[in-house]
Amino acid sequence: MPALIFDIHWQAIVILLPLAGAIACFLWPQRGVQLGLISALGIVACVAALGWQVLELGAQRYAVGGWGAPLGIDLYADGLSLLMLIVTAVVGLGISVYSSGYFNQDRARHFWPLWMFLWAALNALFLSADIFNLYVSLELMGLAAVALVALTKGADALTGAMRYLLVSLLGSLFFLLGVALLYHSFGSVDIALLAERMEPSPAVWAAMGLMSAGLLLKTALFPLHFWLPPAHASAPAPVSALMSALVVKASFYILLRLWLEIFPLTNAALAQFLGLLGAAAVLWGGLQALRQTRLKLLIAYSTVAQIGYLFLAFPLASIIGWKGALYILLSHAAAKAAMFMAAGNILHFGGHDRIADLDRVVQRLPLSITAFALAGVSIMGLPPSGGFIGKWLLLEAAIRSAQWWWGIILILGGLLSAAWVFKVIGYAFTPAEVPHEARVVPATMEWAALAMALVAILLGLFTSWPLALMDIGLPFAGEGDG
Amino acid sequence: MSHVFLYALVGVGLFTLGLYALIVHPHLLRKILAINVMGSGVFLMLVALGRRTPGTLPDPVPHAMAITGIVVAISATALALALMLRVQVETGRAELPEEPLE
Repeated sequence: MPALIFDIHWQAIVILLPLAGAIACFLWPQRGVQLGLISALGIVACVAALGWQVLELGAQRYAVGGWGAPLGIDLYADGLSLLMLIVTAVVGLGISVYSSGYFNQDRARHFWPLWMFLWAALNALFLSADIFNLYVSLELMGLAAVALVALTKGADALTGAMRYLLVSLLGSLFFLLGVALLYHSFGSVDIALLAERMEPSPAVWAAMGLMSAGLLLKTALFPLHFWLPPAHASAPAPVSALMSALVVKASFYILLRLWLEIFPLTNAALAQFLGLLGAAAVLWGGLQALRQTRLKLLIAYSTVAQIGYLFLAFPLASIIGWKGALYILLSHAAAKAAMFMAAGNILHFGGHDRIADLDRVVQRLPLSITAFALAGVSIMGLPPSGGFIGKWLLLEAAIRSAQWWWGIILILGGLLSAAWVFKVIGYAFTPAEVPHEARVVPATMEWAALAMALVAILLGLFTSWPLALMDIGLPFAGEGDG
Repeated sequence: MSHVFLYALVGVGLFTLGLYALIVHPHLLRKILAINVMGSGVFLMLVALGRRTPGTLPDPVPHAMAITGIVVAISATALALALMLRVQVETGRAELPEEPLE
């Protein structure tokens, strides 16, 4: 049985299955929900099989169609890719279950094919072994994501989607220009070959600057975050969850790969600069979140702050620091998905998401508010939660590398998050002046939100597993112990 | 320093010109065209830089990349135009608001 599983090239199947699912959902829209859920379960099973393969046999490289690295396309799965695939599968399954109750027949027809295309693009991105394939999957992801944001009717969502599309295309073009320069310098786009042949030159610095700028724009690092809140807040709730939990993380993943594997990590000034931008994002995102009067915008600004934490690992440049940032990435994916789902339930229930008019939703949607609060625990970084572990690792890295001031940012960011989480929960207990008509929220939507929040909490209790996964294939081998 | 280098410089010029237009012009159609000009600049760079050593045949791989890039650019332009039309119908103008959702 294991031999049978190990003989199959799961990397290819993990990409092909959502593509096939997307086409099936497109061709038989009446069966869209069932086909989508079946595909989602299938993808989770295939990612699990790939995970088993990688755990038993180590990092896996697969040449598509038998063409090798310089000419053909390679799919490469190491611990880092696997971790991203698993978090996409877990959050993706939760969002699929949630969406089965969220959309009406008409919009489900559009949602399922686009979501499956997005899933295929994400999986392809995490498995890409060359930078041109990364560009293609980045564009696929961007196009599907923009179409998903535009699913909401109304001017806000459309202009948000339009802005997002322009930003996304601009970021990709910067990245592609960098790819062209790197190919010219080294005659390859394969990440492993580039890492071997890498030597500093003006063209390499230009490529590094262009690619980093494009990816920072797509990751929405402060001050390039302007497009994120309108796009994430105006999208339908499951789409907001997808955007904040997975899509912005994908461009961060590429940045991480480039920094760790291709570019020489000697430029301390640039790393410090990224750390400073991250710190500014943590504070600015937290303050803006506190100012918002609409729940979904508040959660979107908190994503800006959480992205900031990921960049605090750059100046620390140690294995513990990278692991801490990745741990924040994982727990934020689960927690933010839970928060947007809970916000979607509140919006569906009361027809609005004004924080001041939450009107005792705690009595009527207890599961959703529980999900919101548990996710808030992880976002604030209180134990026991994934967010706490991530911040703890970052703090340890900061102290070990004698850069304690980053620790202050971690604590301030946590306090700002706590302030807005408690503000929302406070209003959830307070009766509003004007009572609103309420609609029933399907049970699947409430339980999906709670399940995602529990994942974020459980990440804080079972830490050894994800941390061990990060070591497979030694993606951080080039780093000192700090 | 051959005419290949000149092509690459023109590519960079187109990229910069497109970036400028994208930032300056408020109308969405102009922004979409600007993105396309930027894309053409990148494709020109890819093709021009394909000749890595003078006197030999050009490397075909960047050409294949340019073709893939063109396919992506066409789909992106189609999506952008469709969105622009919807924005025009919803808001009456094909422009983005200055301050979203305030």
